[in-house]
Amino acid sequence: MKFGVVRFPGSCDEVDALMACRRFAEADLLWHGDRDLSGVDAVVVPGGFSYGDYLRVGAIARFSPLMESVIEFARDGGPVLGICNGFQVLCEAGLLPGALLPNDSLRFVCRQVEVMVENPGTPFTRACEEGDTLSIPVKHTTGRYYAPPGTLPDEQVVLRYAAGHNPNGSMDDVAGVCNEDGNVMGLMPHPEHAVDPLTGSADGGRLFESLAMVPA
Amino acid sequence: MTLASAPHRELGLTDPEYDGICERLGREPNALELAVFSLMWSEHCAYKHSKKLLRMLPTEGPHILMGPGENAGVVDVGDGLAAAFKVESHNHPSAVEPFQGAATGVGGILRDIFAVGARPIAVLDSLRFGELDSPRSRYLFEGAVKGIGHYGNSIGVPTVGGEVYFEPAYEQNCLVNAMCVGLAPRERLIRSAAAGVGNQLVLLGARTGRDGIGGASVLASAELSDEDESKRPTVQIGDPFEESKLVECCLELLDRDLLASLQDLGAAGLSSSSSEMASKGEVGLDIDVSRVPLREADMEPFEIMISESQERMLCVVEPARLDDVLALCERWDVRATVIGEVTGTQHLRVFDGDELVGDMPVDALVDDVPLYDLEPEEPAEALYPQPRARLDAGASPAEALLALLSSSNIASKRFVFEQYDSIVGSRTVRRPESADAAVLVLEPDGGSGALAVSIDGNGRRVACDPYTGAVEAVLECARNLAAVGAEPLGLTNCLNFGNPEKPHIAWQLTRAVEGIRDACLALGVPVVGGNVSLYNEGGEGPIYPTPIIGMVGKLPEPRTVPRTAFAAEGHAIALVGMFEPALDGSELEKLRGRLASSLPPLDLAAHADALVRVRAAIRAGGLPTAHDISEGGLACALAECCVAGGIGARVSLEGDEAAVFGEAPGGVIVAGPREAIDSLEGAIVIGEVGGGDLEIDGVLRVPVSELRTAYDDAIPATLAG
Repeated sequence: MKFGVVRFPGSCDEVDALMACRRFAEADLLWHGDRDLSGVDAVVVPGGFSYGDYLRVGAIARFSPLMESVIEFARDGGPVLGICNGFQVLCEAGLLPGALLPNDSLRFVCRQVEVMVENPGTPFTRACEEGDTLSIPVKHTTGRYYAPPGTLPDEQVVLRYAAGHNPNGSMDDVAGVCNEDGNVMGLMPHPEHAVDPLTGSADGGRLFESLAMVPA
Repeated sequence: MTLASAPHRELGLTDPEYDGICERLGREPNALELAVFSLMWSEHCAYKHSKKLLRMLPTEGPHILMGPGENAGVVDVGDGLAAAFKVESHNHPSAVEPFQGAATGVGGILRDIFAVGARPIAVLDSLRFGELDSPRSRYLFEGAVKGIGHYGNSIGVPTVGGEVYFEPAYEQNCLVNAMCVGLAPRERLIRSAAAGVGNQLVLLGARTGRDGIGGASVLASAELSDEDESKRPTVQIGDPFEESKLVECCLELLDRDLLASLQDLGAAGLSSSSSEMASKGEVGLDIDVSRVPLREADMEPFEIMISESQERMLCVVEPARLDDVLALCERWDVRATVIGEVTGTQHLRVFDGDELVGDMPVDALVDDVPLYDLEPEEPAEALYPQPRARLDAGASPAEALLALLSSSNIASKRFVFEQYDSIVGSRTVRRPESADAAVLVLEPDGGSGALAVSIDGNGRRVACDPYTGAVEAVLECARNLAAVGAEPLGLTNCLNFGNPEKPHIAWQLTRAVEGIRDACLALGVPVVGGNVSLYNEGGEGPIYPTPIIGMVGKLPEPRTVPRTAFAAEGHAIALVGMFEPALDGSELEKLRGRLASSLPPLDLAAHADALVRVRAAIRAGGLPTAHDISEGGLACALAECCVAGGIGARVSLEGDEAAVFGEAPGGVIVAGPREAIDSLEGAIVIGEVGGGDLEIDGVLRVPVSELRTAYDDAIPATLAG
C-alpha cells in the first residue's frame, strides 16, 4: 500500500499529510507538473493555497498536469482524499458535489472541532463506527459547504460537525462528503493534524488507517 | 544650490550629513547616489542613534552559532540542528495601512530566517494599539491581525504565540512586531558575505516595482503626522504565494550547496542588500539595473535601486553552478536573473546597460556612517497623562476581578489567535493560551525534546520606570519559558521608542538598554540580534517606551509540559518562584486611572535563582498545571487557570489588596497531586482546585461561568460595538 501526496506550489500541509500517511503505509510526494502517479494506490490532495488560490480557491490547481491524472485515477475507482484546499480542488474538478464558500464570519478560523462519522462504509472511514466522534482541527477561510437541494444524498455525507462545532456555517453541518461511488472524499477538517496526542489528538489517524486497509 | 530647497533634506539627510557624503565621495553625489545614501544613512538602516548603545548588550554565549550582524541570530539546539530567530518591527507601515503593513512585516521576518538557511517553523507577534473604544484602533487592530494571518497562513508557517496590549499612547502610532523562528541542519547555515571576484549576483523572486520607495527613510525614520495617507505608496504589498515558492526554492538551492551567499531584500531594497553583502565580504559589486525584471517599464535607475518590492532575495553564485541554479529556480517557478557580479573594487557600481550611473565606496555606505551620541536627560515631569479611570473607586474585589478579566489587555485573545494557523508543520505541542510559552517538538526534524518560544513586553511598566520595566520584560520572557520547563538559549529584541533626538526619549532608551543588559547578564542569556524602531510618535506625543523581548529555549520532555488549565478536583495549588507584588504600574491601577512614576526595585540575582528553581520544578514532570502571574496579579492568574480548566479553586492569601491584584515578575502558580506539590522546594501551598467558584478566603467568590463570560466575551463584544 502506497500513498501519493500531491505537492502544488503554495501547498502548506503536504509534508504534514506525508508524515501522517507514513504512520500507516508507504508514502511519497507527487509533483504537480508531472503526469505520472508513480503507481500509488491512493492519492491525498493536501491543504494549503495551491497556486496562491488566485482567481478562486482550488480553481487553478484543478488544471495542473498531475490533477488530470488524478481525475482519471479517481474515475477508474482509485481512492482520492481531499483535505481543505484539496477538498476545494476536488469540487472544482467535479469529482465531488457542492462547493466551498467563504466562512460566515468572513474570517480565517483555526480551531479544534468535533465531527461525527455519518457513513463508516467508505474506504476512508472503515476503521470507524457510525456515530464515532473525532476531534480534528479546522483551519480555513473558505470552508462553508453548500450543495444545491437534491444534489447531496444522505449516504454521501461522511462527516458532520457535532452540535455546536460547525465553525463556518456549513449547510446541515456537513464537514466531509464523498462521491456517488464512495472512492473520492473531501473534508474541511485536517486529519493529518490529528495523528498524535502530543500535538492535540490522534483521531484523524483513523482516516489514514482506513485507507491503508484497502487491499493494495 | 540653495539649501532651503536642497533635495537631501527632503530625503531626511541633515546638512552636515550631506557634507559628509561629499567628503567621502570627493564630489557631490548624483541623484541616484543621493537616494542610495539617504536610505543607507537612515536610522532604519544605519542605527545611527542606537548603535553605540547596543554595543553594551552581551552577545556571547555557549550556544551561539551566529550573532548580531547576520540576517538572524542562530543558536545550537543539539542533534545537529540550529534555530534561527529574530524579531522586527513594521510599525509605521501598519499605522498607514494595517493589513499590508502587518502582512509584509511577517513576509520580511520570514525572509530574514530563510536567508540564513533555516526553514521558518513559527511566527509570533507583539502588537500595540490605542484603546479598543477608539474606531481607529479597532480598524488598525482588525486589519493588522488579518494581515498577519493572511501572510503566515498562506505560506504554511504557524503563528504560535504573541501578545496584544491596548493603551492610549499607541493610538496614533500602533506597534506591529513580528518574530520568526526557523530550524536548519547546521551544515545548511549560510552567511550573507559576498565572496569570490567574478561570481555572479543573481536576483530571485518577484519583479521590482514602485512600491515601498523611500519606506526606510521617509516612513520608518520620521515621526508620523496627519498627512500620512499620502505615504501609502511607501507601504509595500505582499504576495505570500511568491514567498512560499521562494522559501522552498532557496532551501533546495542550499541543500544542494549551489549558493556562495544569500541575503534578503528588505528596507532600502537592492541598495542595502547589495552593499551589506559587499561590506561583509570586503568586496565590490557591479549591478546592471537594466537587467532587473520590472513591473513597470519606465522605472528610473534610482527607483530600481531603492524599491522595497517584496519577495525578493539576492544570492552570489559561482559561474560553474549558475546553470543548475537557474534550472532549479525554473522548476519552482521562481524568477532568477543575473544582475551583476562580485568585483575587487570595494565599490558599489551601478550601471544602466553600459552607462555608469552611480559609483559609491561600500565602506561609506555601510561602515563609515555617522553615529550619534544620545543626550539623555531624565524628564522633570511625567511624560504621559494619567489614563482615564474605568473602575469605580468603591468597587468590590469581585467587581475588580471581573473588570480586570474583561479589560482588553487581560481578556482572552481568542479573537486574534483563531485567525492564525497555529498547527501547520506538526510541531505545535502547546497552542496559544494553553500554556505560557509555545512549545514546538523537534522530532519531525530528527531532534530530541522541544523548543519553547515566547515574546513579551509591557510598555506601560517601562513608561513607569524604563530600567526596571525593561528588566521585567526579560524576566517575564524567561519566566514563560521556565513555566514550560525550558532553558533560554538566546534572546532577540525590538526596541520601539519615540524620537531619540529628544533628551527624554534618549533617557528612556538608554535606561531600557541598560536594563536589558543587566537582566541578560544575570540570567546568562546572550542577545543574538534584534531591531530598533525609533521615531514612534504621533501628534499627541511618544508611544510608551516598548522594548519587546523574544526568547528561544529548549526543554527535554514535551510530553509533560504543564498547561494553564487546572486539571482535576483536589489538586493542590502552590506558588513557586519569587513574588513580591505591588500595585504600582498594575492593570488595576490603570483601571483606576493612575500611572505610577516608578516601580519597586528588583534583586536580579535572586530572580535568576528563582527562575532556575521554577524550571527544575516543572522539569520534575509531576505538575499538570503551571501559569505565570502577570497582568492582574494572582487573582487573574488563578481565574485564567479556572476558566481554562472549567473548574473552580479555593485559596487563602495573606496580605492586602496588593497580594490579590498586585503585579511583579517572578511568580508562577503550579497545581498537581499533593505529593508532587509537597516535593517542590520552596513552594508555598495556597489552596486547592475544586468546585464551581473561584474563592479567595475573605476577599471574593465568583462562579467560574461568570469569570469565563468576562474573559471570553470582552474583545468580541467590544469589536461588535
